Amino acid sequence: MKSSSLYRLQQIFGKSVPIVILSVYSLIAVFPVVMVLINSFKAKKAIFGAPFEFPTSETFSLIGYQTVTDRADFQIYFLNSAIVTFVALILTLFIGAMAAFALAEYDFPGSALMALYLSMGIMIPIRLGTVGILRLMVSLKLVNTLTGLILIYVAQALPLTIFILSQFMRQVPQDLKDAARIDGASEYRIFGMILPLVRPALGAIGIFTMIPIWNDLWFPLIIAPSSKTATVTLGVQQFLGQFVSDWNAVLSSLTLAMIPILILYILFSQQMIRSITAGAIK
Amino acid sequence: MQQPKRLSRFPVHIAVFLAPAVLLYTLFMVIPLINSLRLSFFEIENQNQLSFSGLQNYIRLFKDSNFAPFFWRALRNNFVFFAVHMLVQNPIGLLLAALLAEGGRLRNFFRTIIFMPTVLSVVIIGFIWQLILNPLWGVAESMLEAIGLGAWFGPWLGKPETALVTVALISVWQFVGIPMILFYAALIGIPDELTEAARVDGASAWDIFWRIKFPLILPTVGIVGILTFVGNFNAFDLIYTMKGANAGPDFSTDIMGTFFYRTFFGQQLQLGNPTMGATVAAMMFLIILTGVLLYMFLWARRVQTYEL
Repeated sequence: MKSSSLYRLQQIFGKSVPIVILSVYSLIAVFPVVMVLINSFKAKKAIFGAPFEFPTSETFSLIGYQTVTDRADFQIYFLNSAIVTFVALILTLFIGAMAAFALAEYDFPGSALMALYLSMGIMIPIRLGTVGILRLMVSLKLVNTLTGLILIYVAQALPLTIFILSQFMRQVPQDLKDAARIDGASEYRIFGMILPLVRPALGAIGIFTMIPIWNDLWFPLIIAPSSKTATVTLGVQQFLGQFVSDWNAVLSSLTLAMIPILILYILFSQQMIRSITAGAIK
Repeated sequence: MQQPKRLSRFPVHIAVFLAPAVLLYTLFMVIPLINSLRLSFFEIENQNQLSFSGLQNYIRLFKDSNFAPFFWRALRNNFVFFAVHMLVQNPIGLLLAALLAEGGRLRNFFRTIIFMPTVLSVVIIGFIWQLILNPLWGVAESMLEAIGLGAWFGPWLGKPETALVTVALISVWQFVGIPMILFYAALIGIPDELTEAARVDGASAWDIFWRIKFPLILPTVGIVGILTFVGNFNAFDLIYTMKGANAGPDFSTDIMGTFFYRTFFGQQLQLGNPTMGATVAAMMFLIILTGVLLYMFLWARRVQTYEL
């Protein structure tokens, strides 16, 4: 009798301790973000007077957002980030899928060497070539253009994209492709046929390609720092540098910069995390 | 019926499939990287003429009083930055992953919340923490007071002794989700049959974890280690955002990335120097390459990968 209640106590303890630890850590993870979100909707007095409270009808204020929309070209920054991220993403997925298909499907002389060459870029960060990249961009007259950024981001994202996609393409049954070939389909048609079959992989790679591009500070700072080509990340960085003491503006611009990524994350987080865990099991 | 595979002549369609990727990757990544390495052996003379100078730039980097003290400090700081990630981020990631892998209804919820900071821009994270730790706002101070640690609070980011570790811990806070999710993926991949017998024999969860599960996920431990290493020796954004290009106070948060940026672009009183910048980048390349090779030949070869 006694041992069974001890056992039950152990059971309860064993179940609740992980939940307590995970809850505490979750709080640590969201707390700073929540602090910025709720205080961005408050008047300055309430930001300092009652930082932990949600905005009430008395403390609610949009003054920070007003400053930001008046002083900063956030619309332009958002548009720039959206263009760069979207175009780079589409190019990476399409070009990467083509190369992955070639590596997965054909056994040509030098194919192993080609795979090795393309995968070197997974571990070596592209930033280390910045001096060379800037010189190249100057000579191509691509400094302060979105095109320059897009080309760099595609080059940066291709190695991992090709590596992962070629593994997925190897899993497409050979019979399917052979049947199409017997029917006289061209190799290009077969590629077009395979592409929809690896759609889940494309989606997962897409999300993991997008986030670092959207968040990058280094290349916008070095290749495209002009106010016309600034991305959100760079724009926020520069804006905040000027408005350090205007707490309303700082909190609001941080919130504005976070919202798109947070929405995307909430929509796709399950898929995103599942794709990592599924990939690792194989 | 002829198999179109293995043609003796190099088929056009393969070239078509590969060409765009190979071209872009070569032109915008490989060649600039090689060019940067090459530039580290040159000097820029007046009228922008490049002249070969052998190892002169490296000697300056290691010996010249304008570069050497900064270089060695940045290198040392970078190892401290890396050590904080290895000692704090990865063990916490492993702990959280182990707890998540036990299951439970709230698992997805916790996983999503804890991974969230990872997707935000480092610039945003840097500013958020600057605000939270700002004594003017006092949020961190009142939080610490609430749990009775108010006396601990100080202007951590402003003091040379604490700034580097504080910045490193903020980076840990942001990126702990990555080791967590990788360890988690490895842990849930372990089939139940492997732990069942031990459990029936009455082994504790602690023993099962360290004696059975942990050895099975050693390959992931290595991957997390090398990813941390490459990421840390390439870091820049967080310190640039929080402490500026001068990595203050008094260069106490200067790491290789910020040192590279300053050398390449210059700062208030000093002109930028592309070839010295290329030399710093070449050193970063060597450090990262050494890490990757050590991982590949010393760790990945020795650690047995079990087919699960």
